[in-house]
Amino acid sequence: MFTKELLDKSSLLRKKWEDEVKKVVAKHADQKEEWSTVSSLNIKRIYGPEDIKDMDFEKDIAYPGQFPYLRGNQATGYRGKYWTFRMFSGMGTAVETNKRWHYLLTTGQTGLSTAFDFPTLMGYDTDSPKAKGECGKCGVAIDTIDDFRDLINGVPLDKITTSMTINPPATALWAMYCASAEQQGIPLNKIGGTIQNDMLKEFIAQKTLMCPPEPSVKLISDTIEFGTKYVPRWNTISISGYHIREAGATAVQELAFTLRDGMEYVEDAIRRKGLHVDEFAPRLSFFFNSHIDFFEEIAKLRAARRIWAKAMPERYGSKDPRSWWMRFHTQTAGCSLTAQQPYNNVVRTATEALAAVLGGTQSLHTNSLDEVLCLPSDHAVQIALRTQQLIAEETGVCNTIDPLAGSYFVEALTNEMEEKAWEYIHKIDDMGGMVAAIEKGFPQMEISDAAYKFQQQIDAKEKIMIGVNKYVEADEQIEIPLLEIDDSVEDEQLERLAAVKRKRDGRKVAECLNELAGACKKGENVMPYCIEAVKNYATVQEICDVYREVYGEYRDPGIY
Amino acid sequence: MKELGKKVLAGDIRAASRLIRNLEDQIPETNIAMREIFAHTGNSHVIGITGAPGAGKSTLTDELIDAYRKKDKTVGVLAVDPTSPFTGGALLGDRIRMLRHAEDKGVFVRSLATRGAMGGISKAVGEGIHVMDVLKKDKIIVETVGVGQQEVEIINHAHTVIVVLVPGMGDEIQALKAGLMEIADIFVINKADRDGAGKLYKETLNMVKMSKDMGDNGSWTIPVLLVENVLEPNKFAESVKALSDKIDEHYQYLVDNNLLSERMRRKTAAEVNEALWGNILQPVLSDLHSQGEMEKMVDKVLSRQTDPYTLAEEIASRYIKKQA
Amino acid sequence: MSDRRIRILLAKPGLDGHDRGARVLARCFRDAGFEVIYTGCHQTPEQIASAAVQEDVDVVGLSCLSGAHKYLFPQVAKLLQDEGAGDIMVIGGGIIPDQDMQALYEAGLKAIFTPGATLDSLVEWINTNVKPRA
Repeated sequence: MFTKELLDKSSLLRKKWEDEVKKVVAKHADQKEEWSTVSSLNIKRIYGPEDIKDMDFEKDIAYPGQFPYLRGNQATGYRGKYWTFRMFSGMGTAVETNKRWHYLLTTGQTGLSTAFDFPTLMGYDTDSPKAKGECGKCGVAIDTIDDFRDLINGVPLDKITTSMTINPPATALWAMYCASAEQQGIPLNKIGGTIQNDMLKEFIAQKTLMCPPEPSVKLISDTIEFGTKYVPRWNTISISGYHIREAGATAVQELAFTLRDGMEYVEDAIRRKGLHVDEFAPRLSFFFNSHIDFFEEIAKLRAARRIWAKAMPERYGSKDPRSWWMRFHTQTAGCSLTAQQPYNNVVRTATEALAAVLGGTQSLHTNSLDEVLCLPSDHAVQIALRTQQLIAEETGVCNTIDPLAGSYFVEALTNEMEEKAWEYIHKIDDMGGMVAAIEKGFPQMEISDAAYKFQQQIDAKEKIMIGVNKYVEADEQIEIPLLEIDDSVEDEQLERLAAVKRKRDGRKVAECLNELAGACKKGENVMPYCIEAVKNYATVQEICDVYREVYGEYRDPGIY
Repeated sequence: MKELGKKVLAGDIRAASRLIRNLEDQIPETNIAMREIFAHTGNSHVIGITGAPGAGKSTLTDELIDAYRKKDKTVGVLAVDPTSPFTGGALLGDRIRMLRHAEDKGVFVRSLATRGAMGGISKAVGEGIHVMDVLKKDKIIVETVGVGQQEVEIINHAHTVIVVLVPGMGDEIQALKAGLMEIADIFVINKADRDGAGKLYKETLNMVKMSKDMGDNGSWTIPVLLVENVLEPNKFAESVKALSDKIDEHYQYLVDNNLLSERMRRKTAAEVNEALWGNILQPVLSDLHSQGEMEKMVDKVLSRQTDPYTLAEEIASRYIKKQA
Repeated sequence: MSDRRIRILLAKPGLDGHDRGARVLARCFRDAGFEVIYTGCHQTPEQIASAAVQEDVDVVGLSCLSGAHKYLFPQVAKLLQDEGAGDIMVIGGGIIPDQDMQALYEAGLKAIFTPGATLDSLVEWINTNVKPRA
């Protein structure tokens, strides 16, 4: 990167500076000995040309839209298009959530993102005993295509993209989307959106579990194949580090495990479906967390793009640069927010959002200040959305692309994140891949270790959370208007479900489910069968029960 | 406390779990309850499961419970995990794999910490088995800690000992040579889909054959069973069902050859020994301690006024009435 | 000679899988010298109560982040009562709004911990309020 002359000069000046530091520190010690990121990565007092002298501008940095895409996939950056302002929302019944969506679209939000309630997320209907007390609490309750039609009522499916945070029952919910679109007369090749559909991170971190890893990955490959052939604008998977981070992982672990998960899906789709990597890889999308440590997050996102761009041609022989692009959504870190002094959360979220933007995200959700306490209120959601708009349109950070490139510190940190991530990736390769590593409990244990360590650091005040272990307000009264989901939602939804079950053709439903089971057993792609089943009002649970029956149920092995 | 024995005999789960707790905590009055229940013990088939950590013992136990419930047998489980030598605390994590049976009244799962005991089980296991026995559990499964070769204590407590092996754990076979071989009634090669399962299977078969040639184990030929990966739930269930059949076959073998009580001889001797110690030596020692006599005796030996052997004879003649 | 130790069952009732808190607590309690039985995610109140009785624990610690605590926590307390095990203390943690606290205490919960509680404060609470039952 630098001439020998410059490096010599720098080393001379650096020596002088170091002497000066020694003198000052001898008189006035630093405030603390260790300075590290929130993930406990040690940071030096200063970075200089020495720290990035081995970088090769062409190979390692270059320009946006150029390999290794460190600086972004698009040549035009945010001047061409801001990131998608995509706020995650959903609560109560489909009708209520639909109302909130229409409100959000009037406030300048440019994409929808669905939060489902826990029974839906786990593949249980509202009338399952396991669902008691949960209906509509953390998201919208969807049992049948009837609910789904209410959810998307009045949303132009060919114009607005919708993201659905759904994992084990992803096939069922996506089938509902496809079937609803067809019924609205919109062809499948015109609809766009995302299903999260990432089971590996569920085994690793979030524990929304249904079937064992192997068939879970098979179902995902089914959606990838179906999307490739019939729904080309759909992102059939959002490979997620968000939940890995929330479960307590460090930034490096989030980066490494997420990318290794991505590689596992690529390998499975190639092996199982005989697809060429470039047929489907351009539709893979990722989802990262943006935590409170500003530069660490920027470095992580930049490193993610470079790792993926290298891995795709090197590991899978990809020839199409669109496969090398890592496209990702980012959400600010829920686990960084505090119940104490909740208005501080606005500042945290703004800082994290800025990091995501400087890291070059394509899509962003900003958390609301009250999310530690309850579902977000309209007002809190508005502040969160305005935070994004403010960053985009007031701060000027979008004027130029990747403004931190070339910073000694940011480039050095980016390199360090990448190196450490590759170490993990190779270790997991050696274990036989991510499914094998999960079976051994490897990522789970790494995350548990990190989470415990962090909590101990908080308790020891080695890491600071304002309002929790520093600047605590004694007897703080939290006066935040809380949004509550009425328990009557459950009764209402039960009645809706019962009504659908009464009016549908039970024989036809059984037939569809039977055929789905047959497809599972034969290893066929389940998607066409799912679409047929939901059209005939099969419920989310009925479809998932077929999977549980054929593939077996996976229980949390409790690795901690 | 006094009612505990009667309540356990009446099948009270709460009382039974409390009794096991008292055994673990070594509450002296516990033997009142144990005396009450002892006559009603000796009916269950005790199955020991041992093998290295990560061999999948808990998952196997979970599926065995299922297999036995399908055969209409009631099941008790004593699952042992290590106590941290640094803090005295313990993470008892076996139960998590068996939770689907939590509501089944025919299944009683109890987690135990080793609390410093060696040999792979906790001190309370022996008597815990009696408690499960009184609760009329047809099958009692004892899952050992799984730390390695010294885990032979289980042989004293179980009629049928299953040694679980998994491919890819390196020195497995070496460990076997060092001891586990002698205690196995059945070998299980778990996670049979993994690389190296075939090799491990062959090696184990060979070892069984060698020891047979050397005349061990009487007329029972130790079977080596392959168990499928739990991540293939249906295949896994099938192979564990086969394991349960083999376990039952071993039990029948013991019954047919009158070996059942033979198996329990060492355990019973140990229990008699323990009871004698508790009833004879323990009171004497407490007595000597409480009167400060122990210290004086030590002083005397230190200053060579007497020796331990003479002292012991004196104490014995004082406390024990010799029969003519 | 006798050696009473505190036994704790940690459980996550309901369908949410956010077990970071529960996992961290399990390790913390072990390090505090307690015997900890962690039952993992997705347990029904029935499973939890039954496990608590079989394990003869002194305390049941429940964690729930989904908002379903209003049904799930009292249900565990009630089932323990029904099984004659009302002396097993039930404590809870998670995203619990202030306005729900009163109802939970009335349902028999002995303590509720919300985000920000330190590990030390939890261990101290247990050491102060839980005596291994004789």
